[in-house]
Amino acid sequence: MHDVCAVFFTAIGLLVGLDRELVAIVTLSLRVSLAAVGLAALLGLPLGAAVAVWRFPGQAAVGVLLNAMMGLPPVVVGLTVYLLLSRAGPLGELGLLFTPTAMVLAQCVLVTPIIAAFTRQTIADLYAEYAEQLRSLGVGPGRAIWTLLWDGRFSLLTGILAGFGRASAEVGAVLIVGGNIHRVTRVMTTTIALETSKGNLALALALGVILMFLVLVVNAAAMVIQDIAKRLYG
Amino acid sequence: MLSAKPSVCTEVRPTILPLTVHQLSFEAGGKRLLDSISFQTDVGPRTVVLGPNGAGKSLLLRLCHGLLQPSAGAITWAGVDAQTAGRCQAMVLQRPVLLRRSAVANVRYVLRTRGVPRRQRRAMVTAALEQAGLLHLAQRSARVLSGGEQQRLALARAWALKPQVLFLDEPTASLDPAATRAVETLLQEIHQAGTKIIMTTHDLGQARRLADEVLFLHRGRLVEHAPASAFFLAPRSPEAAAFLEGRLLWC
Repeated sequence: MHDVCAVFFTAIGLLVGLDRELVAIVTLSLRVSLAAVGLAALLGLPLGAAVAVWRFPGQAAVGVLLNAMMGLPPVVVGLTVYLLLSRAGPLGELGLLFTPTAMVLAQCVLVTPIIAAFTRQTIADLYAEYAEQLRSLGVGPGRAIWTLLWDGRFSLLTGILAGFGRASAEVGAVLIVGGNIHRVTRVMTTTIALETSKGNLALALALGVILMFLVLVVNAAAMVIQDIAKRLYG
Repeated sequence: MLSAKPSVCTEVRPTILPLTVHQLSFEAGGKRLLDSISFQTDVGPRTVVLGPNGAGKSLLLRLCHGLLQPSAGAITWAGVDAQTAGRCQAMVLQRPVLLRRSAVANVRYVLRTRGVPRRQRRAMVTAALEQAGLLHLAQRSARVLSGGEQQRLALARAWALKPQVLFLDEPTASLDPAATRAVETLLQEIHQAGTKIIMTTHDLGQARRLADEVLFLHRGRLVEHAPASAFFLAPRSPEAAAFLEGRLLWC
């Protein structure tokens, strides 16, 4: 009980004191995860919608593949991106390894399948309702995809949030490609891992509390937006 | 009155009518749902496809509109190909599928899909909404409108396309009498403006009010094709007679 109290006091102390190092870590975490989710949304939304709308051989198989890729192990993704970005790798010239950009890329690889799979399901359901009307209006698959994405925008937010949850919570990929370098690539999750291994359990747990609080705030904001939208647009 | 805006259906041909249906059949799941239907209908009369539930009315409409492909037979539009003809048609479904946007955005959307230039859209959208008596609800989300308003919006959306042929599948099936009346008035105006109306209904009262000619379907077959006055006065087929008397017909 005493330990639990200590954790919360540490967390509150860190938050109230606005420790500069903590602020930097939190900011980088948010920047990396939000950038990764933004990029993944740009890729995953059209990809998922295209798989839902376009009729092509192997459509079902692609759907299964997208679903399966939601379970990609972060360390494997981290390692793959590491190999791509390492000096000897095909993208080594860019010098991105151990930078926040590399972390964004790794998280993007993790999050894109989540957003795409969720989008595929949402858009497929919506398309079942819209297909006949759209065909009657002479709307081709290309325009149908954008129409459905726009009309499903508030439902799709849930998939994007799931992606954000995955990005902000994972540690394996950013640890490998970022290297957990002090003041450069250190984010919340890698700090928690580091502090745990150093035995600073209270500090590690306090950071965990803050991380969960941040995720909660982002989700609550999205929920409010969705709620207002539902009331306005039905 | 309807304003005489330039037609969205800007084909060279003045009309895609008459519509000729020849030996049309449709099968699904090994069952023949429409059987050797042939008829021709031209500019002018409002055509009502009448018949009990399950007779194949909606199917026939969907086939004519090109939403389904026939198993056998042919549908021809005065010599133009199906794609060209499709651009000169619009369809209003029983339960309208409205986009999750404002009423005005719904109408604007269909004009954009048909490539109407932006500067022309505004006036056409306003005219269509005004026609349907929905101008005061223009900014309201389409999905929160009442059933009758939604159906009128669907009509306004179809009407904005200035189709030569307007298909309607049971347009008032789930509406109360007041909303039904509003839709029928709107249909009357669309008809007077020169759009060919082809609609299904199982409501005899509505058929009597709106029909100029009747296609009576029963069990997937076209049993009777006659001018409305003759059909309602003296149906030639026992099935139609039974239907008009209100006797139950087994599909």
